[in-house]
Formats: sequence, C-alpha cells, structure tokens
Amino acid sequence: MSTTFAPTPEVNLVEVRNVKHVYGKGGGGGAGLLVLEDVDLTLRPNEIVGLLGRSGSGKSTLLRAISGLIRPTSGTVLVQDMPGDDTAHGVAMVFQSFALFPWLTVQQNVELGLEARGVPADERRTRSLAAIDLIGLDGFENAYPKELSGGMRQRVGLARALVVQPSILLMDEPFSALDVLTAETLRTDLLDLWVEGRMPIRSILMVTHNIEEAVLMCDRILVFSSNPGRVIAEIKVDLQQPRKRLDPAFRALVDDIYARMTARTTTVQPARDGAFPGLGLAMALPIISTNTLAGMMESLAASPHDGKAELPDLANELNLEADELLPIAETLQLMRFAEIEGRMIRLTPVGRKYAVAEVDERKQLFAQQLLAYVPLAAHIRRVLDDRTSRQAPARRFRDELEDFMSEDYAEETLDAVITWGRYAEIFAFHDDSDRFSLEDPG
Amino acid sequence: MTFLAPDRMNAGLLIRYARRRFAPNRADIIAMFMIAGAAVLVTQAARTMGQPLSGLHVAPVNLDPINLPKYAALTTLRMFAALACSLLFTFVFATLAAKSKKAELVIVPALDILQSVPVLGFLTFTVTFFMGLFPGSEAGVECAAIFAIFTAQAWNMAFSFYQSLKTLPEDLDEAARQFGLSPWQRFWKLELPFATPALVWNTMMSMSGSWFFIVASEAITVGKTQVALPGIGAWLSVANDRGDGRAVAWAVGTMAVVIILYDQLLFRPIVAWADKFRAEQTASQDPPRSWFYDVIKRMRLLPRLMQPMTVALNRLPAPHPPKIRLPEIRNPQVARGLDWLWLAVVIGLALWGGWAVVTFVSKTITVGDAVQVFGLGALTLARVLILIVIASIIWVPIGVWIGLRPIWAERIQPVAQFFAAFPANVLFPAVVGVIVALHADPNIWLSPLMILGTQWYILFNVIAGAAALPNDLKEAASIFHVRSWQWWRTVALPGIFPYYITGALTASGGSWNASIVAEVVTWRHQNIEAAGLGSYIADATAAGDYPKVALGIAVMSIFVILLNRTLWRPLYGFAARRLHL
Repeated sequence: MSTTFAPTPEVNLVEVRNVKHVYGKGGGGGAGLLVLEDVDLTLRPNEIVGLLGRSGSGKSTLLRAISGLIRPTSGTVLVQDMPGDDTAHGVAMVFQSFALFPWLTVQQNVELGLEARGVPADERRTRSLAAIDLIGLDGFENAYPKELSGGMRQRVGLARALVVQPSILLMDEPFSALDVLTAETLRTDLLDLWVEGRMPIRSILMVTHNIEEAVLMCDRILVFSSNPGRVIAEIKVDLQQPRKRLDPAFRALVDDIYARMTARTTTVQPARDGAFPGLGLAMALPIISTNTLAGMMESLAASPHDGKAELPDLANELNLEADELLPIAETLQLMRFAEIEGRMIRLTPVGRKYAVAEVDERKQLFAQQLLAYVPLAAHIRRVLDDRTSRQAPARRFRDELEDFMSEDYAEETLDAVITWGRYAEIFAFHDDSDRFSLEDPG
Repeated sequence: MTFLAPDRMNAGLLIRYARRRFAPNRADIIAMFMIAGAAVLVTQAARTMGQPLSGLHVAPVNLDPINLPKYAALTTLRMFAALACSLLFTFVFATLAAKSKKAELVIVPALDILQSVPVLGFLTFTVTFFMGLFPGSEAGVECAAIFAIFTAQAWNMAFSFYQSLKTLPEDLDEAARQFGLSPWQRFWKLELPFATPALVWNTMMSMSGSWFFIVASEAITVGKTQVALPGIGAWLSVANDRGDGRAVAWAVGTMAVVIILYDQLLFRPIVAWADKFRAEQTASQDPPRSWFYDVIKRMRLLPRLMQPMTVALNRLPAPHPPKIRLPEIRNPQVARGLDWLWLAVVIGLALWGGWAVVTFVSKTITVGDAVQVFGLGALTLARVLILIVIASIIWVPIGVWIGLRPIWAERIQPVAQFFAAFPANVLFPAVVGVIVALHADPNIWLSPLMILGTQWYILFNVIAGAAALPNDLKEAASIFHVRSWQWWRTVALPGIFPYYITGALTASGGSWNASIVAEVVTWRHQNIEAAGLGSYIADATAAGDYPKVALGIAVMSIFVILLNRTLWRPLYGFAARRLHL
C-alpha cells in the first residue's frame, strides 16, 4: 500500500486563515452575500473536527474552499502546506446527496478518482474491490446506484473517497439525507473503522447541523454563527468512545452547544430583531408556515411547558433539529409572540392569547403583530393603502429588497411575507399577475 | 490500515471467468448476418457515390424494383452521413456554447433561429455552393444533399446537448472536479452520459424530420441545373413525373421497411440502453424495451471477439491536453469592458450581414415586391394557424382517449411516431390527382397537405401527456363525479397542456417548412399552385431567381420567429410555470 509518508505528527493538515467569502456580485461593492467572515481553522492529524452551524452559516462553503472546489474571496487556505486549489490529491470528499454517477456501477463509481489519476486498470480493480470490501459493500460491485438504498449509496460515496487514499476526508452533511436508523448504523460503522485505524486517512473534517451527531463523532467542534458565518465557539469533546447519548455529560454538552447557537440572539444584537440579518426593510426572513408557528405556540402553551421551555427539550419533543427549530423560535420572537433567553423560550401574553384563540381571533392577532413588527409587511400594506387602485406589482418590492440583499434572499423574504400576509388577510397576492392587492382582505 | 484481501478477491474473479462460455449462440448468428449484410450494402452504395456527374445523366434513376434495395441503402447512407456530421457539430458547438460565455452569446441565438427557420429554402444556395466546390463530380451534389439533410437534423440536437450541459447536476459536477477528472474524462464520464437520453430522443426526431428533406434533396432542380441522385427520393420524383402510381407504391413500401428496420435495429436498442443514463436515482417503472437490445446483450461470441479491440481502446492513452490556464481577469471593469467589446463585434457582424442581404435583394426587388411577399406570408400564416386548430380539434380528444387506456397507448404510440417520421410529401402528387379530377380550389385543398405529415406530433405528444396524468388526480376527479366539460377543463386539458404545446410547436414549425413543397405540386406534368409564401419560394427556386429566394426565406424566417416569440414561447412559459405536474 503506497501510503504517503507521514511527516512529524505536529504538522497541521489544514490551515485556514482570515477567510472571507462573498457570493454573487461581490468584489465591486455590489450586493453580494457575505457567507464567511474572518474564519480561522486548523486541522491536526488524528482528529475528527466538526463544523456545526445552521443553514447559511457558510460551513459547506468553507469545506468547498478546503477541497479546492471554490476559491475564497480573500484569506489563505493551506492543505498540507499547499494552496487550497492545488490539493486535489490530499483530500477526498463525501457529499450530502452522495453525488454518485447513476450510469456507472458501484465499482466504476469507486474507481472514478483512480481513473482520473491514470492508475492502470488492474490496480484500479484491486484497490476498488478492497475499498468496497472494507466499507461492507461486497456483492454489490455490479449494481447501479438506483438499485441501492440511501445508506448503501452513501457507503459507495465513502468507498469512492477512501480508495484514493486521501490524508484528509471531507464530509459534507454525510448522513443528513438518510433516515435516522440508517444514519446511526453508518455513523457507528465509520467510527469503528476510524477507531480501529482501518482507513487510510489521517483526519476527518465534517460539516453537520445536527448537534448530537457532532458530539457523538467529533474530537473538536467549531460552532458557526450565521449571516455571515463566523466561528463563535470551539468546543473540545473529551468523552470516551463509544459515546452514549444518554450519558449526562453528553447531554450537558449538547445543551451547552444549544445555548451557544442561540447566544447571538440575546447578546450581540442591539434591537431584538437581530436574529435575522439586516434591520427594518433590509431584514432577510425565512419561509416558515403559519401552521408551524401556530403549532409551536400550542406546544409551548400546553402542559408540561405551560408557556416556557428549554429549546433542546422542545427540539427533542418535536423531533426537530436545532437547525429547524431555531428559525421558528426566532420568527415567534420577531413578532413578539415569544421571547428567547439563552436556552429558554417563553410565550409573551399575546402568544398565550393566540394559543387558545379561535380562528378569527388568531388571524386578527397575527395581523396586528405582523404589521407592528415586520417592517416589510407594514410597508406593503401602506403602499396599497396609498394607491387609489389598491394594487401594486410585486416587482417593485423585490427591487427594493434587492438593494439590501441578494436576489435569492429577496425572493425568499418576499415569499415569507406573502405567506404570513395571506394568512393574516392584510393583503392579497396574485401569482398570475405577480401583484399585491387589497381587494376586500378584511 | 489494510485495504484489501487479495486471495479472496482473485478467487471471485476466477469463478466469474470460468462461468463464461465462448461458444456462439443464436444471438451471435443473427447479429453476424446483419453485420455482413450491412457491410455489403454500404460498400456497394459507396462505390456509386464517387462517380462523375455525367454518369447520372447517362444512367438516370431506373424504375425497376430490383434497384430499390440499392437506392434505399444509398438514401440511408446519406442520412447517416448527415447524422454523423450533426453529432460532430453538436459536440463541438454545443460544448463551446456551454463552456464559453462569449461563444454562447453567438451560438445560442443562432441555433434558436436556425431550428425555427425553413431550411428547405436554403437548398438553392447550398446546391450552388457545393457544385462549385466539386465541379463536374457527383461528390458536389452528394455533399449538397447531405448538407440539406444535416440542416434538418443538427439544430435541435445541438440545442438539447447545450441545455443538458447547462443543467448538469451540481453535486456530480463537484464530484467530478473534486476527484480531478480531466476535461476528456469529464466529457465521457459526466457530460455525454448525462446528455444522452435527451440527445437520443432529439436524434430520433431529427431522423424523422430528415426523411422529408431527402425526398426534396435527391432530385434537385435549381434554375437550369437538374440532378437526380440515385436514391429513393429521386425514384419518387421520377415516378411522380411519369405519374407511375405503382412505382410510388413501391417506394413508399421500401421507405416503410427502412424506417421500421432502423427503428427496430438501431433506435429502439439505443433508447433501451440509454435508459440507464437517466439521472434520476430511482429505477424507471416502465423501462423501454427492445428485442434487438436483448439479442445483443445475450450474445456470447461477438463480445469475446470484440474484446481485444475494447482492451486496446482502453489502453489507448487518453489525450491529456496541456492545461491551458488563460490569465484570469480579476479586474471586473476590464472583464466587463471585454464583454462589451465582444458584444459590439457580434452586433457589428450581424448588421453587416443584414446589410449584405438587403443590398443583394434590393438590386432586383422593389418595395412593392416586398409588400406583396409579406401579404403572401400572411396567407400562409393563416393556413398554418387554421390547420393547427383543426388538427388540435381532431387529435386532442382522440389522443386523450388513447392516452388514458394504457393498452391502446402502447400500441398506437409507435404508429403515431412512425407516421411522423414518414415523409408525407411523397403522397402529395396523388392528392393532386384527386384535386385536378374534382376541379377543387387549390387555394383551399392544397393546404391540408402542409399538416399531413406534422399533425402526428400533436397526436403522440397528447397521448404521452394523457398517459402521464397522475393516478390520484384521475381518482379524485372520479370520486367527486367530475364529468364532461368540467372534466376536460379541470383535469384533461391542464394535464396535457405542456405536452400539447410541444407537439403543436413542432407541428407548426414543420408546416411552415412543408408549405414550400405543399403549395406547388406536380403530377404528370401538371402544376397546381396555391397562393402563398411557400409557392413563392418554390417558384423562385425553380426559376433560379436568387434574390427572390432570399427575400422569401427572410420573410418566412421573420414570420416563424415572430410566431414563436408571440405565441408559442409565452404559452410554453405559462405551461412550465402553472401547469407543471
């Protein structure tokens, strides 16, 4: 086995310094989207490091910068002392969507990286069969990806990455497209291979938004804030492998990370709207269904919570990932239906009232809070009121938003406000003509 | 860090090898006969193609059925030669357009226009050009004919390939880059496989379309030049001139056999094989089947004989072109400046081209002529639109009825596709005989010919749409007793609309093209003619009046493009936005 000779173990495998990345019309001062700011990262030999954050925290972007798929706008990325976009050989990547070529068999998929390097056919076959064997796929060499279950497919993705004998294995949310049981099996198998040293890799860098997964697998966790992505905490996990989810120390760590991930909401922002990037009209909003908001308030109001709960418990109870729960909680906070303090979320009086109200009263409450605390909704309503035609093209508001944020965010924000506005009946929206109107919304 | 268990693996390989036997089986024998037959026909045919032009006049097309296999082989050979050119064109230009922003700016609009413009009108110019290129040799006329067929095939193929390249799944693209595939490997492993299903479908459509042109391009009359290339098209034209109904029937029969043969032996197997390139990660519920593909897969000896070749091919060093890294322009202002400069160059060239056409045409043609041509264009436009409406009224209900009955759909779909491939222009003269006998008004009764060959696109697309209606929608409609007109309004019509638009768009484009051969038809030296843009172009071509041909084509192009922009494209957008299931 032609393993690359390992230099002194102290050398850093990956060094990321001051990395900043802007998507879209960046550079020239345009309205690009800042996804990474001031990010530093060091990957040392023999460790699994997790990048943990919510969507929009740029963790996948950072992984792509390290793999050489993109070049960050500024800052340096060194992989084994070579520039990031020059290291196709030292790293291999496992993708969230598996990224298997549907027209190639399992074996051909695994051989992909070897073929790219011009490895002769015989050696390719030997090595790929060995990798397939290692990862528990023997018997499936000639299957096509569409014949395999999701878990099997991700095993192919793993074998394909391992067979090129990378020093560093990059994994981009490798288990998030799998069901809970399959993901757990795959995690355990991967950890076994890692602990027993049967994989030809020296370190693993993985992206995840699942806190428990990070605590389960990683030696070190970097917690990212979102919009823009920054490293807000570095947490060392000293628990002994195999780790148990029910271990109190494990739980404590998960709770602690929860608190850190919501921390920004209470500490950094001057106004309470700070959970979402931008202020006033410039606030980028997530699309959250009104049913979800209502359901959350009902859960909070019901026993045993009686109006307040710890976010991690709530997440467990509702079967939501932090990544899914936090935007809901923050939307409630934005509309003053709830308040967040540390790990605790508490319904406001309006929130309590909403939770027990009938349909019509709920709509009135929602309309009142929406107009009071979501500037874009109020703005649209004001424009419609001022016009004699009681109509306005959506294009107009989209253009206004695009002065503050990227096209995608503008679209998403407007869609969010349309959903809420339609529910609250403060205006109507017509998809065909792409116009807002006031036609008898009350 | 062990990575392999060699003993175990080799044992497995040995067992696998031992299981294979090398004796030829029935499948091998079938295939070998076919290959041998094809080889004989091709060599025979190729020998005829290189002859001097004078030979054609000495030995004109002979209406003896014994010649038909040879003629059929020649015609087929031309079509496949054109197909090879089209594929080459596709790979080069579509790739270029997908990879370079600057090339895209020119190639994409050009393709868009070329695929909607009536290419039949260009025959005049290309024949003159190629005959000048090979003076006195048959090669020139051959090239002209092949080029004419090429112009009927290439554009939609290139367009489909370009669109595939632009919609490569992001994760596969990232995987290919992350594992460091060279551009060459990337093309074979990612780009071509991903584009294959759409490309195969478009190739089949192109082959269907080109039959129409082969009939027109083998018997070429431009001014005083009159050449008939040996082939089915020329046979038909001679038969029509003489009014020999029996010979026409022979040719039609041969054509049907050829179409069925290449469909069964080439396209069906390719479609069945290409199913594995569909990018979805789920197995298709109803995979396309082909008996011949099954035969190929069952062959034992042939793959064994071919193996040294495949091994040799695999051993060939893949071309590793030196990595050219163009200096990256990081200054956005400079980059934008270069873009504008390129745009200016392109617009300049286009204006110059337009000016050249105007000066060429205006030498002999007055404004009054131009106005008259626009009037004729309006006449043909009216015909096309009315015909599409009539064909829709007839075929939409029938197509929906068939599509909702899977057993019927399965049987009728290939028939409809066969009719679409069948060059309706071979039947024109016979229709003319009837019109002459009944003293009917050609202005009205010649019109249906325009849609005779293209209406099938509406039918088989509607069948496909109705067959794709989701079961739950059908069940919901039946539970709530949605019937009669309400059922059409809420279930059937919205469901098939995207498919119908595709079919109607194709039918409309085909009808414009057909107008050039449908508005003037000859049968036993009788000419009957309908007033319209098609007959204007056809007459000008026969008279060798190039400026008039140019004017006619320009006006027709304008009409087609305007119709596409103002009618079909908005409908298409609506279907994609609102009615996508």
